[in-house]
Amino acid sequence: MNVAIPFSAQLINLFASVILLLGFAMLAQRRVLQLINLFALQGLTLCLSTVVAAVTTGQSHLYWSAALTLVLKAILLPWILHRLVRRLQVKGEVESLINIPTTMLVGIGLVIIAFNVALPISQLSHTITRGTLGIALATVMLAFLMMITRQKAITQVVGFLAMENGLFLAATSATYGMPMVVELGIALDVLVGVIILGVFFFQIRDQFDSLDIRHMERLKDS
Amino acid sequence: MDFFVIMLFIPLVSGALLTVVGEREWAPNLNIIASFGTFLAAAGLTVEIVANGPRFAFGEHFFIDSLNVFFVALTAFVGLTTSIFSGPYMRNEREHGKLTAARLRLYKSMYQLFMFTMLVALTTNNLGILWVAMEAATLTTVLLVSLYRTPASLEAAWKYFILCGVGIAQALFGTILLYFAAERVLGQTGNALLWTHLVEVKGQLEPAIMALSFIFLLVGYGTKVGLAPLHNWLPDAHAEGPTPVSAVLSGLLLNVALYAILRCKVLADGAIPGEFAGNLMMGFGLFTLLVAAFFLSRQKDVKRMFAYSSIEHMGLITFAFGMGGAVANFAGLLHMTMHSLTKSAIFFAVGHATQKTGTQLMEDIRGLIRINPLIGWGLMLGTLAILGMPPFGVFASEFMILTYAMKHHPWATPVLLLALGVAFAAIFGKVQPMVFGETEAKRLPHAPAITPVFLHLGIVLMLGLYIPPYLTRWFHEAARMLG
Repeated sequence: MNVAIPFSAQLINLFASVILLLGFAMLAQRRVLQLINLFALQGLTLCLSTVVAAVTTGQSHLYWSAALTLVLKAILLPWILHRLVRRLQVKGEVESLINIPTTMLVGIGLVIIAFNVALPISQLSHTITRGTLGIALATVMLAFLMMITRQKAITQVVGFLAMENGLFLAATSATYGMPMVVELGIALDVLVGVIILGVFFFQIRDQFDSLDIRHMERLKDS
Repeated sequence: MDFFVIMLFIPLVSGALLTVVGEREWAPNLNIIASFGTFLAAAGLTVEIVANGPRFAFGEHFFIDSLNVFFVALTAFVGLTTSIFSGPYMRNEREHGKLTAARLRLYKSMYQLFMFTMLVALTTNNLGILWVAMEAATLTTVLLVSLYRTPASLEAAWKYFILCGVGIAQALFGTILLYFAAERVLGQTGNALLWTHLVEVKGQLEPAIMALSFIFLLVGYGTKVGLAPLHNWLPDAHAEGPTPVSAVLSGLLLNVALYAILRCKVLADGAIPGEFAGNLMMGFGLFTLLVAAFFLSRQKDVKRMFAYSSIEHMGLITFAFGMGGAVANFAGLLHMTMHSLTKSAIFFAVGHATQKTGTQLMEDIRGLIRINPLIGWGLMLGTLAILGMPPFGVFASEFMILTYAMKHHPWATPVLLLALGVAFAAIFGKVQPMVFGETEAKRLPHAPAITPVFLHLGIVLMLGLYIPPYLTRWFHEAARMLG
């Protein structure tokens, strides 16, 4: 095939790949503060790709969702998380990870699965961003993997938020974003969720003297 | 005056008010009055909808028809009785030193906001807002599950948040795919997520996208329904949270999540040829039913056991809706009503029983009938009702589901009978010595609220013996909407 891909689409694909790459980087990052910075960077990239999509298509509500992403995911949430880490004095802020290479290999497998699932669907799409649907699904799955493999409560939350990033990318790549009222609602839920979790972290720390969720494995069916 | 606006307005405002005034002598009564107001408005709305048919509210943002008004009425009713129950229950907890004034304030304001989010989820016409409201319902209850701040309750709340968060993220992906399918037909407008618009064009939605979307939606909202294998959060959250929260989680939140699946199933059925959505739901339902039935006999904690019983019933209901058709849908709706009322009544009785004996371990709870005959009988009758004993209403709905399954899906009958039999043996064998038997328990400082228990069981009994024609018509109408 010899179809020229327009410059803007190439740019969006580039940003999407950066987001995926950051997903892998987060999977391997041991330091909690660095992890939060990677998350902020992912949010920033997401915002940039949304801006490019907005400029190319002239969809005005994409500017709004780009602004929302910038404020919420690149600035506000990382700031809250940074503060939490400092206030909670997460010990050593280094997390022992089991077997990073294996995790990475599993991650690659997930990306392949995600691309296979997304391929038939993205062919039906007519947006210039359609190629990124597979990447979006892969980002969601990598974040999911991160939540499974991590032991600290804060990193699980970063994983949860990264999953949210992937979903947002899916929404912009398949359809140029959800209706504004829904996007605002989702943003509100995420923000309130993080604030509630902040409260929750203090409760966990007071009880367990640590944010390590390995302490929380008592409830089981005998 | 518009009943709908009042119904949404009361819980929102009273939630804020209860936060501001804090824990006062009359705060529990304010909670009850607000719930009563919500219930009256919901009743008014129900009468209006049954008489005049479906309507919109706030432009096209909210849509109320006979299907969701049925859930609205049930939610408001159980919300009211739970608030009555929680008055003396929470006072006792405070006297026992388990809760402080600040936490009681948190409990009441979150309780009202939880009602608000559920009512929004039930009445919204926008499937995106439905997702937002479902997530908000999780958020309002996370801090309620960890209200006691014990290590076990924190663990339960954390599990609840993370598992439901992951689940609901799948549902969001499903919603995005649904929007993608809809936008190809309806165009880039805000209308493409409105259910009433979608249902008009459901035949034109791309089947491949809709199939994938429904899988994500079923898994996502199914996590909140408690469908296996993503049910792990449910027993923990029910066992470790305060009992009124267990009652509303089990009696209401699971229903609301199932309602979300039902709305999506209508669209999926229209778009995908064959019985794709129905088969998927039948499979998940049966699997859940079996898993829960076999976990029941291993439980030691009474609230945990009844949480597994909720999972079991949700599996049965999902199976019923999966079979589809007027009779099975009717049976599913009836069973949902019966389960909500009976299970919350059981949790009320269990709540008082655990308060009296100071433990949730079943082997330490004995002779309830001697401590307080009303609680003892309430628990016994509630258990018999939930196990499907005639003449209670659960028998009627389970009988309908079973006979319909025998006729149309005979292969499922042995599984259903096995699961129901195992569940019966497990629960009855454990509740019987709790109710009868020797004991030395003490009196409670505040007399328990027994009325809600018998009010619920009375309705369940009545519906088992006689369903008023008014209600039958309404159920038929709702079952017809589901196709």
